[in-house]
Amino acid sequence: MRRRDNKMQVAGISRRQQEYLKQRSRHRRFVKMMRILLLFGFLVLWETAVRFGWIDGFIFSSPGRIAGTFMGMVEDGSIFRHMGATLFETVASFLLVVVTGLLCAVLLWCSDKLSEILEPYLVVLNSLPKSALAPLLIVWLGANRSTIIVAGMSVAIFGTILNLYTGFREVSQDKMKLIYTLGGSRRHVLTKVVLPSTVPATISIMKVNIGLCLVGVVIGEFIGARCGLGYLIIYGSQVFKLDWVLMSIVILCVIAMGLYAAIGAAEKQYSKRL
Amino acid sequence: MQPLLECKNVCYSYHTPSGETPALSDISFQARDGEFVVIVGPSGCGKSTLLSLICNLTRPESGEILVNGRSVDQHEEFHIGYMPQRDQLFEWRNIYGNITLGLEIQRCMTEENLKFAEKMMREYGLWEFRHVKPSQLSGGMRQRAALIRTLVLRPSLLLLDEPFSALDYQTRLFVADDIYHIIKKEHKTAVLVTHDLGEAVSMADKIIVLSNRPAGVVATVEVYMEMENRTPMKSRNAPEFKEYFNRIWKELNTYAQEG
Repeated sequence: MRRRDNKMQVAGISRRQQEYLKQRSRHRRFVKMMRILLLFGFLVLWETAVRFGWIDGFIFSSPGRIAGTFMGMVEDGSIFRHMGATLFETVASFLLVVVTGLLCAVLLWCSDKLSEILEPYLVVLNSLPKSALAPLLIVWLGANRSTIIVAGMSVAIFGTILNLYTGFREVSQDKMKLIYTLGGSRRHVLTKVVLPSTVPATISIMKVNIGLCLVGVVIGEFIGARCGLGYLIIYGSQVFKLDWVLMSIVILCVIAMGLYAAIGAAEKQYSKRL
Repeated sequence: MQPLLECKNVCYSYHTPSGETPALSDISFQARDGEFVVIVGPSGCGKSTLLSLICNLTRPESGEILVNGRSVDQHEEFHIGYMPQRDQLFEWRNIYGNITLGLEIQRCMTEENLKFAEKMMREYGLWEFRHVKPSQLSGGMRQRAALIRTLVLRPSLLLLDEPFSALDYQTRLFVADDIYHIIKKEHKTAVLVTHDLGEAVSMADKIIVLSNRPAGVVATVEVYMEMENRTPMKSRNAPEFKEYFNRIWKELNTYAQEG
């Protein structure tokens, strides 16, 4: 978008400005190229190292073996089952975190007493390593899908509540006062000021959350799943199919990137509307 | 005749764990219908607190505040408009949405009220900007939008809490003229709080001078300027301006240091 604007303006700008813009785009091109080169170089090095026997392909796998495994699993369709499971569980736990997080934050905001009472507990729960809860959840809730979704939620929920609540608290006193002088109540302060003004903060909290949910879901799948990428990783490492393990990790990277980009797009859409 | 606003022996203190701070002590004054009252005093003396008390956001510890002869906490309908220090327009609403915010909160988005809002917006040059975000307006226009936001609720009394303090000097003079013009045209009674003496003298029909904390009324000065169609800008050039200015200055300096 921006680049097109620059091109359109070329006719009416000075030579210095043109030079500056050219240098800028050259810099950008360089960075982009180096990024691709780095990845490509790494893959080539990995592949050659295995081919020439510098490292053991059985343990370290290789880009070629990973691609082969992937194609094989695409053919029998099993990869889609695993990816679908992980993706579904992540999105489900993310949406549940958004809803419960917002509800709890609103509740805390509504009652100063409640938030003061609960604050130390939330802080402790937030700093607790949530992977410690996963085995417990399996025992309590059974080895099924809802357990994994809860595991995904558990990683993100407490931080979400705390961060949202802090965001709510930072809304300017003067804006709240304005609502009261217009004859509004605390409910109006919430719906007309607090919620709309914290939308950008909420979106950036969600950006962090989607990654956390993925972490939680994979931990859950490690322990109590019959499918999903986390299951594939654990199972693969147990039967020494390290091609599976590394392929799953690569796919997780792609999924994480995709989910993050999706929220980034939502954020852009919102700021464009504003 | 019954005054529109009457403060009778109002006292107020702040309470913190480290102690009690008296802010207002025994404040009494009146405002007639259509009068422009300006309250001046040293910064931090409790001027804004006084406005919060008048629009019933907080209750005085003793004394009473009457509007049209009734205590402010007994009025059921909306009757006091408040214009905050900065315009406090909401960036996530367009100008139309900001101006009708009060109507929305009062649940009176009736056709009649919306017509009235439209009339006000048209009259004061905001109609063409109704779909625009506040940040796209100049400081002066934003202030105007903030004033119209309170006026569409048809308040009988208007409170202005240092409404020009966030503006640069030049805009300030212009906006003061503009706001004064609108208030007088709509025949509103106004109470303005400021620490700027020039602003006070140029706009006021009556000036209430407050002392340092705990603030008390040290003088009440009726301002009369011999001119037709008075505006703040014209008042600044009037021969009486300097006299009033010096008098208020003296009052402030004599009493402000005490207490």
